[in-house]
Amino acid sequence: MTPGPRRFAAVLAALAGYVLAGVGLLGLGVYAGVDRETQDALAGALRSQAAFLVFGVGLLVAGLGVLVWRFLAVYVTPLRRLAADTRLIVTTNPGHRLDVARPRDLAALGAAVNELASRYQTARGVADARSAADRAELEEDRDRLAALMSDLAVGVLVCNLDGRILLHNAAARELLGAAGRSWVGLGRSIFGVLDRELIAHAVERIHGGADSVQTAAVAGADRLLRVRVAPVRGSGGYVLTLEDMTRRAEAGQRRDTALRALSEGTRAPLAAIRAAIENILDYPDMAPDERERFAEIIREETHRLSAHVERTIADSAGYLTDRWQLEDVRGADLLAAVARGVRSGGEVEASVTEPVTELWLEAETHRIAQAVADLVGRLGVARVALSVSPAGGHGALDLRWPDGHVDGKPEDTVRGWSAEARVAELLARHDGEAWAATDATGPYVRVLLRRSRAEPVTARAAATPTTSRPEFYDFDLFRVTAPGAWDARPLSDLAYTVFDTETTGLAPSEGDEIISIGAARIINGRLLHQELYEQLVDPGRSVPAASQRIHGITPAMLAGQPPIGDVLPDLARFADGSVLLGHNVAFDLKFLALKEAATGVRFDQPVLDTLLLSPVAHPDHQDHSLEAIAARLGVNILGRHTALGDALLTGEIFLRLIPVLAERGIVTLGQAREAARRTQQARIRY
Amino acid sequence: MGSRILIVDDEPNIVTSLEFLMRRSGHETAVARDGDEALAAVASFRPDLVLLDVALPHRDGFEVCQQLRADGWDALKILMLTAKGREVEVAKGLAVGADAYVTKPFSTRELVEAVTNLLAADR
Repeated sequence: MTPGPRRFAAVLAALAGYVLAGVGLLGLGVYAGVDRETQDALAGALRSQAAFLVFGVGLLVAGLGVLVWRFLAVYVTPLRRLAADTRLIVTTNPGHRLDVARPRDLAALGAAVNELASRYQTARGVADARSAADRAELEEDRDRLAALMSDLAVGVLVCNLDGRILLHNAAARELLGAAGRSWVGLGRSIFGVLDRELIAHAVERIHGGADSVQTAAVAGADRLLRVRVAPVRGSGGYVLTLEDMTRRAEAGQRRDTALRALSEGTRAPLAAIRAAIENILDYPDMAPDERERFAEIIREETHRLSAHVERTIADSAGYLTDRWQLEDVRGADLLAAVARGVRSGGEVEASVTEPVTELWLEAETHRIAQAVADLVGRLGVARVALSVSPAGGHGALDLRWPDGHVDGKPEDTVRGWSAEARVAELLARHDGEAWAATDATGPYVRVLLRRSRAEPVTARAAATPTTSRPEFYDFDLFRVTAPGAWDARPLSDLAYTVFDTETTGLAPSEGDEIISIGAARIINGRLLHQELYEQLVDPGRSVPAASQRIHGITPAMLAGQPPIGDVLPDLARFADGSVLLGHNVAFDLKFLALKEAATGVRFDQPVLDTLLLSPVAHPDHQDHSLEAIAARLGVNILGRHTALGDALLTGEIFLRLIPVLAERGIVTLGQAREAARRTQQARIRY
Repeated sequence: MGSRILIVDDEPNIVTSLEFLMRRSGHETAVARDGDEALAAVASFRPDLVLLDVALPHRDGFEVCQQLRADGWDALKILMLTAKGREVEVAKGLAVGADAYVTKPFSTRELVEAVTNLLAADR
C-alpha cells in the first residue's frame, strides 16, 4: 500500500515550509533581540557553519518526510480504501467486508462498519426475500407461459417494428436454425433468418389493415415454411408463427403430380378406346380386318389403362390427404405488389389499371411479384401497363407495353421464362399458365393464376399480454429503436457480445493461434444463458504443453474442428449489432485483427474492456485480474480458463460494474469508452 | 366435299382411329408424329385443317400452333387435341391461335361435327 507520489510531495512541502518558516521566524526574533556585536558573531557563525545549517534543514525535511509518508500510508490510504469498500458494500456487494488490521483506531472503525454491513445485509436479505416472494408469483405465470411456448410445435416469434426479436420459442429456433446453429435470439434481427423483402411485404399489408398475412418462406437450404404474420396491437410490432411445410409441400406436389398423372395419363388411352369403339359402332359396314384392328386397339389400350391406374395409385398412396394452402390476396394488392417489384429494378415504369370488380386470387404474392418483375426485365420494355381481370376459375394478370418496343419475340421470352424450373414450379403450384400473344389491342403477356374458392376470412391475431420476462422473451425491447449513435446510449440499454479466447500462446504475431472461442450475449442488462457460442478451432499448428496445462485443450480435441477462417464469419454473425466486451480484450482482438486480411471478417463495432473499466470503478484497488474483480463484486467463479467460462464471468462482472460506474457519472457508452481510454493511458505511463 | 386434313399425334392407336374417321367423312389425310414433322407437313401437304395434339416430342402443340400463325397460315384451321383438360390450357390454346380445342377422350361424332363446322365456316 503506497500513497500517491504527488499527494506525498504536496503534504511534505507544506509541512516542511511551515516548520522552516517557524524556525526562521524564531531565529529572526533572537537575531533582532541581541546587540550588534552578537549579531555579527551569529552571522559569522552561520556563514562559517553553513554546511551544518543545510544538513540540519535536510535532516528536518527527511524526518518530516518519513512522518508524512507513515501518516499517509497508515491512516489516509486505508481510510480511502475503507470509504471505497464501504461504498462497494452499499452499492454492489453487501457480502463484502472490510479488512483493516492496523492502526487500531481504523481497525475499530472497520469492525464497526462490518457490523453495520452485517445488519444491513440481514435487513436487505429480509426485504429481498419479501420482494422475491412477490416476484415468484409473477415468475410462476411467466414460467407457465414459457413452458407453454416451448411445448408448441409451431414456431413463435415476436418482433418489434425494427424487426428485432423480443420473444421466441424452441420450435422457432429449431425451424430457423441453419446447419445445427440458430441465429434466432433476443434482440437479434429477424432479417438475419428470413428474407427482408418477404417480411416487409407482409408488414406493409398488416399496416394496410390486414388482420394477418400468410406467406411461404424458405429457411436454410431446403426448408419451406408457412409464415403467418399478425400485428401486436398498439406496439407496432408483429407476431410470426412458423410451420414446417417442407413435408406438406412435398406431399402436395406428389399429390398434384399423381392427380395430373391420373387425369392426363388416362385421357390418352381412354380417347383411343372410345374412338375405336365408336368407329366400330358407327360404321357397321367396315371391313373385317379394320374391325379386327380396332378390337386389338381396344384390348391393348385397356391393358395400358389398367396398368397406369395401378401404378399411379401405388406411387401416390399416402400423399392424397394434405392440402397446400396459398394465401388469399386481392387482385388489386397483387397488382400493386407486382408494380412495386417491377419498379424496384429502377429501369422500368409500371402503371396499374385497377380491376373493375373485386377479385381474389390464391397466390404467393411476393414470389409471383418477383417472378413477374423478372419476366418484365427479360422482355426489355421501358414501360409496362399491368391489369388483372377474371378469367373463369382463374384471374388473368396482363402485361402490355404501350411504347411498342420489346426485346426479341415475347413468345420466346415467356416460353424461356416459364420453362425455368423455379417459375414452372411456381406456376404449377398456382395452377397457372403463361403465354404471349396478340389480340385486338395489341401484343400482351398473360399470366393466369387460380382464383380463391371463397372470400377469405382471416383470423384476428391474439397478442400475448404480459410484462414478465423469462429468458425467452423481453418485451422491453419494443421501445428499442435501431442501433446507431452508440455512444449516446446508456450502458444498461445496449446489446453486448462478451467473448474470450484460448490460444496456443501469448504471441499472436509469432505464430500463436486461437484454439477456442466462447461468447455470450447481454441484452437489456441480462446475460442470456440460452444463447451461447462455443467453438473449438483447429489452429493448424502444435499446441505447446505449457498452454495445455492452462486451458486443458489437447491436440486430440482439436482434430476435425473447423479452421479459424470458417469460425470467424460465424462469430461475426453472432456478434452482429452488439458492442464487443471482454477482459483484457486487446489481447483477443489482436488475434482477430491478424486474421482480418485472410478471412475478410472485420469486427468494427465499439469495444469495452473490463480490465480498463474496473480501475475506473475502483481506483483504490490495485488488483484488476478477473478473479480479484469477481471476488470484489461478489461474482461466483466457475469454469475458469475455458473460453466460455471466462466470457460468462466477464459478462457477470460487467453487469455489476454498470451501477458502480454510474455512481461515478459514467452512464453512456461514450463516457465508458473515454474513461477506459484514460485508464489505458495511465497504465501505459506507469 | 373432301378436304385435306393433317393429323398430328405421336400415339399410333389414336392416329388409326382419327385417320379412319376422317377418311370415312370423305377427307384426304396425312400424319405427322412430332412438332417438326407437323411444320414440314403443313408446307408440303398444304392441309385445310390440322388436328393438333398438345403433348408432342420436341416442339409442343402450342408452339407449333403459334409458329404456323406466325408463318402466315391464317386460313388454316387448327383444332387442338389434348390429354390435359386444364382450363388454363384451353385458354392458352385459343390465345396462341387455335380455332377449337377438344379434350381427350372425345366423342368421335362430336369431333367430326367440330371438323365439319370449322371447314364450313370458311365457305
